[in-house]
Amino acid sequence: MRVIAAVLAKRIGMAIVTLFGVAVVVFLLLRVAPGDPVAMMIGAGASAADVAELRARYGLDQPLLVQFGIWLAGVLRGDFGVSISLHRDVLELLSERLPATLELATAACAVAVGLGGAIAIAGTLVRGRKAEAAVDGVNGLMLAVPDFVWALAFVLVLGVLWPVLPLSGRMDPSVGVPFVSHFYLIESLLRGRFAIAGDIVAHMVMPVLALALPLAAVIVRILKEALSEAMMQDYVLVARVKGFSESRLVIGEALRNAVGPTLALTGVQFTFLIGGTVIVERIFAYPGIGAMAIDAVINRDLPLIQGLVLVFGALFILVNLAVDLGAVALNPRLRHGG
Amino acid sequence: MADSATIIATTGAPSRGRRRLQALARQPKVVWGGGFILFLVVVALAAPLIAPHDPLAQDLMSGTLPPLGFADYDPGFLLGTDDLGRDVLSRLIYGTRIALTVAFVAATLAALVGTLLGLLAGYFRGVTDTVVSRLIEIWMAFPPVLLSILVVAIMGSGVTSVIAAIAIIDWTRFARVVRAETMAQAQGDYVTAARTLGFGRWTILFREILPNVAPVLLALITLEMGIAVIVEAILSFVGLSVSSDTPTWGGMIAQGRQIIYQAWWVFAAPLAALFATVLAFNQLGDGLRRALDPVMQR
Repeated sequence: MRVIAAVLAKRIGMAIVTLFGVAVVVFLLLRVAPGDPVAMMIGAGASAADVAELRARYGLDQPLLVQFGIWLAGVLRGDFGVSISLHRDVLELLSERLPATLELATAACAVAVGLGGAIAIAGTLVRGRKAEAAVDGVNGLMLAVPDFVWALAFVLVLGVLWPVLPLSGRMDPSVGVPFVSHFYLIESLLRGRFAIAGDIVAHMVMPVLALALPLAAVIVRILKEALSEAMMQDYVLVARVKGFSESRLVIGEALRNAVGPTLALTGVQFTFLIGGTVIVERIFAYPGIGAMAIDAVINRDLPLIQGLVLVFGALFILVNLAVDLGAVALNPRLRHGG
Repeated sequence: MADSATIIATTGAPSRGRRRLQALARQPKVVWGGGFILFLVVVALAAPLIAPHDPLAQDLMSGTLPPLGFADYDPGFLLGTDDLGRDVLSRLIYGTRIALTVAFVAATLAALVGTLLGLLAGYFRGVTDTVVSRLIEIWMAFPPVLLSILVVAIMGSGVTSVIAAIAIIDWTRFARVVRAETMAQAQGDYVTAARTLGFGRWTILFREILPNVAPVLLALITLEMGIAVIVEAILSFVGLSVSSDTPTWGGMIAQGRQIIYQAWWVFAAPLAALFATVLAFNQLGDGLRRALDPVMQR
């Protein structure tokens, strides 16, 4: 356990350094940007005194290092500033929007694991036959086409040509918002409001699939290879001699040993999926932090951009940290400091 | 002829090159993917010759004409027209120019930066490696789409900004792989031999190690070109790439999205082009990787 604690401490330390680096990069990127955000928000008719007052209010008249210090001290207190374009507290905006993205990303990850696992197992069961080539072909396609293109293809096929699914938003606007939290799906399920939950799920199908397909493809590739390797091990041979069925060999025996490396990789790929929410949410007008991020950048809303990038960075780092710790916990050699 | 054949057979090196070429030709992925990319290059270069119409010419009398196979089809417009009466096929043809320009230039730039940093980190280790590795880690914590939009918003829209954004973001893809590959290569006997012969560090790095990293690099660059095409389309879609009077696939998709219920083909045509192009780059890159690098065949 001491080794785990040491690894944990080291990992967390590195995560903090990375997060600080992210903060510095965002801050510098936005400060070297040409164009004055204050001039943009105030309009052409403003007097010089008005501009100066606003600059002072947002701390933009201070030297760079002081600005960074003010911002960082604020962040550590939980004060992310006020959005310039939306005139609202950044932390409040983030806490409203983040749950939507978390629900979307988690659902996509679950679908990817389920779909990827099923395809990998099916592909292993039919290995050596023509059907395996078909599985590999489909998977190659899923692997090559990115979430952006999947999302647009779904818009065209399932939203317009054969309109079976709602094209935009998180739920039907005619339904009021009877929620106390911002985790609409979880809350509607917990409170037994299944009609509303169904509507939310219908809105999530296309963005979830667009995000899940590329990740599922990666899972298939890794898991299928690990499975076929495991199928050649002695213990599988022994089980086969004992007369176990082929599906029981794959699911009962090989899968248990193949799942470790696959999980580690899934975690890392999950961070790419979180990044993908930016454009996918935009395409489906899904009200998460991704869709908000694009508008924030286009509006040059510095406090909001900083808050958003920091949240994305923290999500990435947390997922990676969880993956690392999971790997240590699962691997006895690492656990004992080998 | 006989002499040169003997020389090739005895020296070994050219025959390795020939074996590689043969291995490439045997990869159907390389043939199909490469063939399609070649086709796109020809289309882009010959755009003014083969496009049936001026891609910017508006004709409001012939707006939203459907493509071949539909009732109101006009034989002059194979893939139909958009709401302003512009020919979809001609815009698609001209759109290959921006897509391929961004793909080739951005992927090359990202590869240059990433390869250099990866070589240095992998060969010199120590402080250089720590700095490069930490930079990679920080970079990877940004969602790439968000970072590219950020860079273009800062630099102003346009092809140059799009290319810069891709290079600034995707150098890490090259740096990670080249760093690991360089570390592995640096352990090789040929590096020890070169060192014993008194070769300098830079000579070893660029004359000995780099050529051995090159096959992996070639496959990575090809895959990166596919990614660059997508990033350009995303930025055009969001309205941050080139100005709207230059036809781009992403721009056409964004415009098609607005009129998708009246003229879905304006949306579908560039989407199909994007789909095929990304698939082709991916197949070519994958095929190259299989054909050129025995280590990655595992």
